[in-house]
Amino acid sequence: MIQTFFNPDIVAASWPIVLAGLRNTVLLSLLVVPLGLLGGLILALLASVKSPAVRWPLMAWVDFFRAFPPLVLLILLFAGLPFAGLELGGFVCVAIAFFLNTGAYYGEILRAGIDSVPGGQIEAARSTGLSRLQAMAYVVLPQAVRNVLPDLLSNTLEVVKLTSLGSVVAVPELLYQARQAQSITYNPTPIVVAAIIYFLMLWPVVRLLSRLENRALAGR
Amino acid sequence: MSNWDRFTDTFFNTKVMLKYLPDILSGVVVTIELALLIVVTGIVAGLALALFRSLAIRPLNWLIIFIVDLFRSLPPLVIIVLIYFGLPSVDLSPSGFVSTWLSLAFVLMAFSEEIFWAGITSVAKGQWEAARSTGLSFGQTLMNVVLPQAFRLTIPPLTNRTIAITKGTALGTVVAVTEILGQASSAMSNSYNPSPLMMGAAAYLVLFLPVVVAARWVETRFAWKR
Repeated sequence: MIQTFFNPDIVAASWPIVLAGLRNTVLLSLLVVPLGLLGGLILALLASVKSPAVRWPLMAWVDFFRAFPPLVLLILLFAGLPFAGLELGGFVCVAIAFFLNTGAYYGEILRAGIDSVPGGQIEAARSTGLSRLQAMAYVVLPQAVRNVLPDLLSNTLEVVKLTSLGSVVAVPELLYQARQAQSITYNPTPIVVAAIIYFLMLWPVVRLLSRLENRALAGR
Repeated sequence: MSNWDRFTDTFFNTKVMLKYLPDILSGVVVTIELALLIVVTGIVAGLALALFRSLAIRPLNWLIIFIVDLFRSLPPLVIIVLIYFGLPSVDLSPSGFVSTWLSLAFVLMAFSEEIFWAGITSVAKGQWEAARSTGLSFGQTLMNVVLPQAFRLTIPPLTNRTIAITKGTALGTVVAVTEILGQASSAMSNSYNPSPLMMGAAAYLVLFLPVVVAARWVETRFAWKR
């Protein structure tokens, strides 16, 4: 059993390949998390304009991406766009797909955060002479983010896990590299190693989240 | 041919679409089967774990927490690949369908256990004590007093998670499941035309958009009152 799933020789041989994948997963996450947050921030700020002409299209946009599997979006960009003469490469496709998909999720969370800040706050901020934008940036957003921090963290965890989709469009992240190593060595050990790396990397976040969620409930 | 004609001819080619419509429809059936299996088994297993956890047996709880944490931290695609490409080494060869089903059911089990457990613990202790003091047994208290209150709290987060995980059936493509995306991709490479992919994308929207809209309604209806 250990020879098959955790063969020390194969762990040693595939280690450099898997490690390169880990580095790319970290880099990819450092790119797509801010991208998603940016997309979400744009959506949430648009949603704070209370006009129905903005609100309805926005809701449709968010619902669209909540219904659309991220892998389908990624394949559409990667395999569909070349037919329109646009060949973007796996990496750019992942970036765009994440900006759209995770942006919609971050947007919902940030919108809920902004809604949770009492209206008096913005009135008070405006009455001290801050502009709308200043009031949003210095008064509303910091409180909004604090109120929805567990949700933001939980979504970020999902985003990091989702970077494994990059393997489908040949982005050499952790899962892709592990599968490469697996097909070279004819042994599942590299995938087990990748799974262990994901677990060790993300377990602390899961523990923290579980505590935050329980505290939020206990404090009701 | 104008640009617009060229565009529709490429992405919405009626001839190609008609030819591959049956394939896409059979993919829809597989996606629905897979999704229903995942939702039912995942949620039932999650509820069972949460109920076991309420028995408060220490070593058992540690094990449950570990399993839940494990499936919350591993990317679903990694679990699918591990089951599909890993198990054949020990002479178990689950099909792509079974691998995807098991993986996503485990993930949904983990998330729903957390949500059910949060719901159970959120019911005030006094409710337990009052119910027990009227002579209800542990099981009766759980079934008639605690769970009905807990369920209300769990519905919005549970629907969200369930949708997010059920969409993951598209991952089955990676292990050759003939669900919507798999059918659309192979039709695309056979016809060298992206129209089947557009049909597949539309099929996902037809399947999941009503669920998302319903979830939004449920969310406001059962909103967590903090």
